[in-house]
Amino acid sequence: MMKQKSKASSAALAFCVMLATTFGPSATRASAPQLSDAAGSYGITAASRIHFSVAQVGGGGIAGDFGKFSGNFRIDGNNIARSSVNFTLYPESVETGERRVEDFLKSSAVFDSATYRTVTFRSTSITQTGPDTAAVEGTLTARGKTRKERFSVKLMDWNNRSISFKIRGSIFRSPYGMDVGTPIYSNVVEFDMNIKGQKR
Amino acid sequence: MLQNSKSAFGWVTIILHWLIAVLILALLALGFVMRRLPLDPSLQFSLYQWHKSFGFTVLALAALRAAWHVLDRQPQAPAGLSALERRAAGTTHAILIVLALAVPVSGWAVASTSTLNIPSFYFDWFVIPHLPMAKSEAAESFWTSAHSILAYATLGLVAFHAMAALYHHVVRRDDVLVRMLSTRPQRRRELEKTKSSQVIAKRK
Repeated sequence: MMKQKSKASSAALAFCVMLATTFGPSATRASAPQLSDAAGSYGITAASRIHFSVAQVGGGGIAGDFGKFSGNFRIDGNNIARSSVNFTLYPESVETGERRVEDFLKSSAVFDSATYRTVTFRSTSITQTGPDTAAVEGTLTARGKTRKERFSVKLMDWNNRSISFKIRGSIFRSPYGMDVGTPIYSNVVEFDMNIKGQKR
Repeated sequence: MLQNSKSAFGWVTIILHWLIAVLILALLALGFVMRRLPLDPSLQFSLYQWHKSFGFTVLALAALRAAWHVLDRQPQAPAGLSALERRAAGTTHAILIVLALAVPVSGWAVASTSTLNIPSFYFDWFVIPHLPMAKSEAAESFWTSAHSILAYATLGLVAFHAMAALYHHVVRRDDVLVRMLSTRPQRRRELEKTKSSQVIAKRK
């Protein structure tokens, strides 16, 4: 009787271990995705979050989100370097929790959203930098000026239908003619984005 | 020379008086321009920051001026002034000295209570901390009104003060204005006497 019970519990333990390895927490799963499974074309969904912050002297700063954006990306199952991403955001949709800051950001002092309705990013090269990380280089166009910029990408979660990434980048604003407020406000805009893609 | 004497102002009083006068008038003009004129938002932002830096400069100078006013002796009022005139002059000067402090402090309160939370970066040199006041739209709009009312009151009183000085100079022909320009104001009546005697000398 005793022996039987012990046998049963060890079997249960083995089952648990198996479960854990197969369907573990998403981070474990995301660290080793099968590229062939993730391959495909995705549309960027509204559940994504485009967060930015600009530091100010003495601590704190301005932080906010862009509510309106669109984009798509393609993951090449055979060669990640041949993947691509296109992204457009509408500065008119900037939200900071302070209307005067939003109006200022939309004004001719910063985005000049009446003249330049969109900010676009088109990837030119993608390099895998780790099992679940990559560097995306591309051209960023804002306020009529185009420059090469770089973002780091980390795979967060994925399944057969959808995928999500954490994307970070530090962008100097002065080359885009948006250096108003320096040096009170940093010249560097930190982007911290959660991009969710839905397979098409 | 630096300190006031029985009958004349010293250089400390004279220099502080004119520095503060020029800065206050420039700040009034700047404040009007940045608030009332339709400006490019980027330029407007810069003008606000200049206004804050110069405003803090006035606050420091006005604090010195107030301390000097309390510590140093006051030269005697010119002879021939009625008791009422003396009292009016003394009151005006005291209120001006207080306003020169109150206007920048109320401006500091605007920056401190503003929900914009823009740091005061003194001439892009160092950060002057906000006053320990709660930030809210109501507090900001209250202090904005207070700052503007105090500023216009200062402008009014400065105009009165300047008119009085000109009245003394032109009508009364005393040395009230001149002694704020030099530590050794020659008595104007004596000056005129010297001039006329020179003319007489030349004729001879």
